[in-house]
Order: sequence, then structure tokens, then C-alpha cells
Amino acid sequence: MSYVFSRNTTGPFRACAALALVFCAAFVMPAIFAAAAPPAPTVDLNIAKFAFAPKEISIAPGTKIIWTNRDETPHTVTSNDKSFASKGLDTDDKFEHTFASEGDFSYICTVHPFMTGVVHVRKQ
Amino acid sequence: MSTYDPVEPGHNPARRQALSCLAAWTGAAVVWTVAGGVPRALGATTAGMPTAAAKNALTFVQISDTHIGFRKEANPDVVGSLRRAIADINALPQAPAFVVHTGDVSHLSKPEEFGKAREVLQEIRVDRVHTIPGEHDTIDEGVNGYLKFFDHDGNGKSWYSFDQGGVHFIGLNNVLNFKMGTMAALGDEQITWLKSNLARVSDSTPIVVLAHIPLWTIWEPWGWGTADSAQAMALLRPFGSVTVLNGHIHQVLQKVEGHIALHTAMSLAYPLPTPGQEGIGEPGPVTVPAGELGKLLGTRQLSVVRGRQELALIDTPLDR
Repeated sequence: MSYVFSRNTTGPFRACAALALVFCAAFVMPAIFAAAAPPAPTVDLNIAKFAFAPKEISIAPGTKIIWTNRDETPHTVTSNDKSFASKGLDTDDKFEHTFASEGDFSYICTVHPFMTGVVHVRKQ
Repeated sequence: MSTYDPVEPGHNPARRQALSCLAAWTGAAVVWTVAGGVPRALGATTAGMPTAAAKNALTFVQISDTHIGFRKEANPDVVGSLRRAIADINALPQAPAFVVHTGDVSHLSKPEEFGKAREVLQEIRVDRVHTIPGEHDTIDEGVNGYLKFFDHDGNGKSWYSFDQGGVHFIGLNNVLNFKMGTMAALGDEQITWLKSNLARVSDSTPIVVLAHIPLWTIWEPWGWGTADSAQAMALLRPFGSVTVLNGHIHQVLQKVEGHIALHTAMSLAYPLPTPGQEGIGEPGPVTVPAGELGKLLGTRQLSVVRGRQELALIDTPLDR
């Protein structure tokens, strides 16, 4: 243990470093985070009466979609290209996915494959 | 309570003795009797009295769509409904040879739901309960979660066959091969298996097929049909007596195509609307007034009578 202590920096230096950290945490870092990650736009989408509503939607890249199952019957949100897939969603369960890149993403409920939807991701 | 296990059934002679002491038919089940190759239903007639099964006929019971885990308004006590059906089955004057469950054993494919279902099904006083999966049994990990509890032949497949009482029984899985915007399907691997399985069966052997979703198209907008059922039907057409037993739509419907008779069964969980029912846009659970539910849930008794092409079947609600 004495060896470890002997390698420690001196008291005044430690205090200085600690102050610098506190300053960073209080003022600098929040500013960096705010600039780097604005909150993603969010779109709520219902699963109700055995249908995705709306069935077709256009969004900008970076948008997050939150699906909520309003039925008493379980459903899933499963993309055809396997890029996203929910577990079985019971009543009021939610599933979210953020669409980073452009494209057309069709999806189904694997329990009821006649339920289809599509997300168009385009720069706007 | 019996000690039978649906996966590894054991013999329990005490069960048979107990049956003789049980009350007379109460009519909540449908029992299939196969006599002479033709399943016929026994049980409640218009007079509410059961029809006696022919001697030496093979008699069995179909139950379906127990949806263990469902607890919404349409039926907050699905385990209670299953237990009422089991009491009726155990009280049949002629003990069925076995019970078939045509899928949607669970509601959300959860292990605890499969476990509870298996535990309660063990209360049926028969030697074996044959199950097939419904789409509610294959939600998160395909059929693997279901097979952990109901792998009947140990092959890791959800389709299988067995022979009993001179009848060839085939259990199918038509809930996995989903493609966008289409109905469910059996898939090529299973169709190939079915072809080779049937190749060793004589044309005169009665065949009973179990499949969760109907093998004929009842209402495509709700997915009430099997996309490749025509291929399966073509393989079954040469046989003299074919009976297809389905679940999924939670109501009794029949169709006859030549020597092939197709029957859907009632659920033991909740009713669904009639196909395309006006004013109801989706096949979701229907909540009925108190006291009505038991009239819409029930079981089916079947008998195969030797020398007759059609099975006798009787659909019997829990409340009569």
C-alpha cells in the first residue's frame, strides 16, 4: 500500500484537477452534447383493429417511430429486410425504431401477415 | 389427478377405473368416433342427448384455441374455461382414446403459458394429448418455444403422424411460412414430407389431418386460409376418407370436397366474429353479454365408424 501512496500526485495538483472536472461537467459537456445530439423527431403510430395506422408514412432520416399495440390481440412489427423486428406486442406494449438512412421499409405483423405497412425515409 | 404427461405419456390404469365412476355425459365436448374409416361425431343431439358410439369405434375429442395467458374482458379466466371442458371430457360415458388440440395453446408464446397449458392438460384422463401449434404459439422464436413443451416425436419438428385404431393421423404446422400480404402456408419442406408420409398409406385407410388455420379459404382479408392448401388437398384427394380438423376461427364451419370433409372447431377462450361480419372490420376477440360466453366455447367429440366414410362429430358448448 505504501508504494501506491508514494506514486500519488500531490494534494494541490489533485484539487486543481478535480476543479477542472467539475467545471467541465457543469458547463462544457452539456453544451457539447446539446450540439451533437438534438432530440430525434418522434412519430407515434398505432396498431389498432388489425392494421397499422397510418399504413404508409414518410419521414426524414433520423426520425424515430414508436408503434403502440391498441388491440387485445398480439401483433409484431417486422420488416421484410430484417432491419428491425419487435417481439410479440401485447396490449399497450410499444416498439420503437429510428430510421437512420433513406429508403423504403415495408413491414408486416408476423402473426397476421395480411397486416402490412411501409415507411418512406427521405431527406426533406 | 392423473400423472400423464403429454410429451412422455405414461400408463395409468387407475385412470380408466376412475372413469367408470364418473358422471354421465354432460355434453360440453365433441367426441370423434372413427368406425369403418369414417369419423362421426357423438354427443349432444337436438334432444340434448349423446349418441352412443358404435362398439369398437375409435372415439377421440378435439379441443382448440385455449389461448392460455389471455386475460382480457372477452374472457378473464381461460384456464377456468379449459377446466370446464376437461370436466366434460372426463365425464364422457365412453372414454375417448385421446385428445387433439388444434393450436393456439398459448396466447403470447410465453414459456409460463406453455407450462401452465401442459400442466392443466394433464388433468384430462386420456393416455395422450396431441397438439399442433397455432400462430399464437410461434410469436417470438418461431416454433422453438412451443417445441420445448410439446415435441411429440422428439424430432424437433412440429409436424408428425401416428396411427391408431386403423386411422392415419397427421399433425401439420401451417403458421410459420408467412410472406408479406399473403396467408400463412405449409411450406415446401412440409409438403414434401406430407407426400412421402402419405406414400406408405393405402387409399382405403381413413385419414385425419390436424392443422390450426383452415385448409380452405374462409375469409382471405383476415388470413383465414392457407396459401398452399391446394397442394396438400391434391395429395389427400386419392384417399377414400379424409377428415381435416382445424381451429383458428373460433367457430364451427364445415366444408365437403369429394371425400374430404373439413371442419373448424370452437375455441375455449373467446369468440371471434363470423367471416367478414358486417360492422366488424377485424378478427379480434368479441366480448359477449355475461352468461353468453359458455354457449360460444366448447369441444368436439368424434367417432370413426368402420365401414363408413364420414366421421361422426358432435360440437358441444360449455353451456347448454
